[in-house]
Amino acid sequence: MAVTKRIVLRFPRRLVERPIIYRLVKDYDLEFNILKASITPEEEGLLVLELKGDQKEYDKGINFLVKAGVKIQSLSQDVTRNEERCTNCGACVTICPTGAFRVDPKTRVVFFDNTKCIACGLCITACPPRAMEVHF
Amino acid sequence: MAKTIEEINEKIKEGKAVVFTAEEIIDVAKEKGVNKAAQEVDVVTTGTFGIMCSSGAYFNIGHSKPRIKLGGGRVYFNDVLVYTGLGAVDLFLGANALPDDDPRNRVHPGEFNYGGGHVIEELVAGKDIRLVATAYGTDCYPRKRLETWINIRDLNQATLFNIRNAYQNYNVAVNLSDKTIYTYMGILKPRLGNADFSSAGQLSPLFNDPYYKTIGIGTRIFLGGGIGFIAWQGTQHNPDVPRTDKGLPKTGAATLATIGDLKQMSPRWLVGTSMLGYGCSLTVGVGVPIPILSEEILEYTTVTDADILAPVVDYSEAYPQMKPDIIAEVSYAELKSGKIRVKGKDVPTASLSSYPRAVEIATILKDWIKSGKFTLTEPVEPLPGVESGVTIRPLDERPIEY
Repeated sequence: MAVTKRIVLRFPRRLVERPIIYRLVKDYDLEFNILKASITPEEEGLLVLELKGDQKEYDKGINFLVKAGVKIQSLSQDVTRNEERCTNCGACVTICPTGAFRVDPKTRVVFFDNTKCIACGLCITACPPRAMEVHF
Repeated sequence: MAKTIEEINEKIKEGKAVVFTAEEIIDVAKEKGVNKAAQEVDVVTTGTFGIMCSSGAYFNIGHSKPRIKLGGGRVYFNDVLVYTGLGAVDLFLGANALPDDDPRNRVHPGEFNYGGGHVIEELVAGKDIRLVATAYGTDCYPRKRLETWINIRDLNQATLFNIRNAYQNYNVAVNLSDKTIYTYMGILKPRLGNADFSSAGQLSPLFNDPYYKTIGIGTRIFLGGGIGFIAWQGTQHNPDVPRTDKGLPKTGAATLATIGDLKQMSPRWLVGTSMLGYGCSLTVGVGVPIPILSEEILEYTTVTDADILAPVVDYSEAYPQMKPDIIAEVSYAELKSGKIRVKGKDVPTASLSSYPRAVEIATILKDWIKSGKFTLTEPVEPLPGVESGVTIRPLDERPIEY
């Protein structure tokens, strides 16, 4: 069975220079799409990936990453909406490049579908009451 | 069938008033017919929840011992500059005020994460606020420095006083240029990438009484979650604009100045707001009741989003350069469909004011009236109308020669 998942990888300093993602392709036949990549001043690496492949191979690939010392988190936990602060105005709707926000045509309540979110961060400062939060 | 406000208030006090929101009344009138609906319905409630920049609050913080004359001095609330050109311990805080050390747009677009609107929200939420002040000292007010926590519950007066709220209609903002722009109407993507609007449309107070036949000075209203009043016409009040057949202004027109006791308001309805690259502001909840005094007034309240037109304006050139160009006219029904057609292109739309919150305000006001706790007022004076000659003029610059 094929799966597509969006995950956040954190590389400790010693792994930053190793071709980890290459191994995912070569050994586990996983397709990847880099959504975001950065290296912090402490030289830790942060990589946001979309991975696509066979479920069994995907699990093996993740297992390989964990063993190598990469910390893994699912992306959907990283961008959240503070429901207390959100006023359902809808300013975010046309800013999001992946259409993760949807307005109910009748009530005009704004829904956030974090499975569509690629954690680009555009909504964070576009939101007038600052209800969108990123937790990398 | 003409009713009076007095008669409606009698019914409210008996708990017998028939009240609908401006959204509900559309179907009620369709079902019963305007004539019957006007006989049966006493009040229609409206609501709007949007970014209203000319909002602010004034305070009397009480005299310190020894006394200090803050008037003419410098005062900060949580580092945000407060206006001191008033009596000794009277202060005014505007929603757009910023801390001195905010970088503004030095790195464009500035984030504007904290300003006057946020201080007002925190005050209303009951949070302690850090007051830091310097003054010049006088014989009767000798003190020159003051640093203290303050809390809204201890202030003598904390009064929300918004000099322009509830705009009757507003521009739809687009960007015709080749680069992204950051405006008070949100982030506008290049080459008609998006269109932002800001009105509750069919629920908005002044669209439901387009000629101000019931809404006037002294009208009791829902303001910031508490009870407030219409104090005056708002700044830039401009009633004499082109209108549709139903009398609905096709551009920004009337505005309201509102006032009320901040102590009984709520942070749910006064939200500190940040506009990327533009500044800080306050999102304000306003709800106005409309007494159904005649069939004509009921007919006005049945306005729908399809009836209301708004002008599409380019914020990259026409707006900043004060050019009157309007690219297109679109209805709020079209705006709410998710896209509008401008210059042969489908442009996705987004709203800056919250319709769900506007519905909530109209519903709360309806419940207040039905439960007898909120009665209606006869305006002390009408707002300046179409024939008043009140208008909005651009600044006539006259160079100062040296």
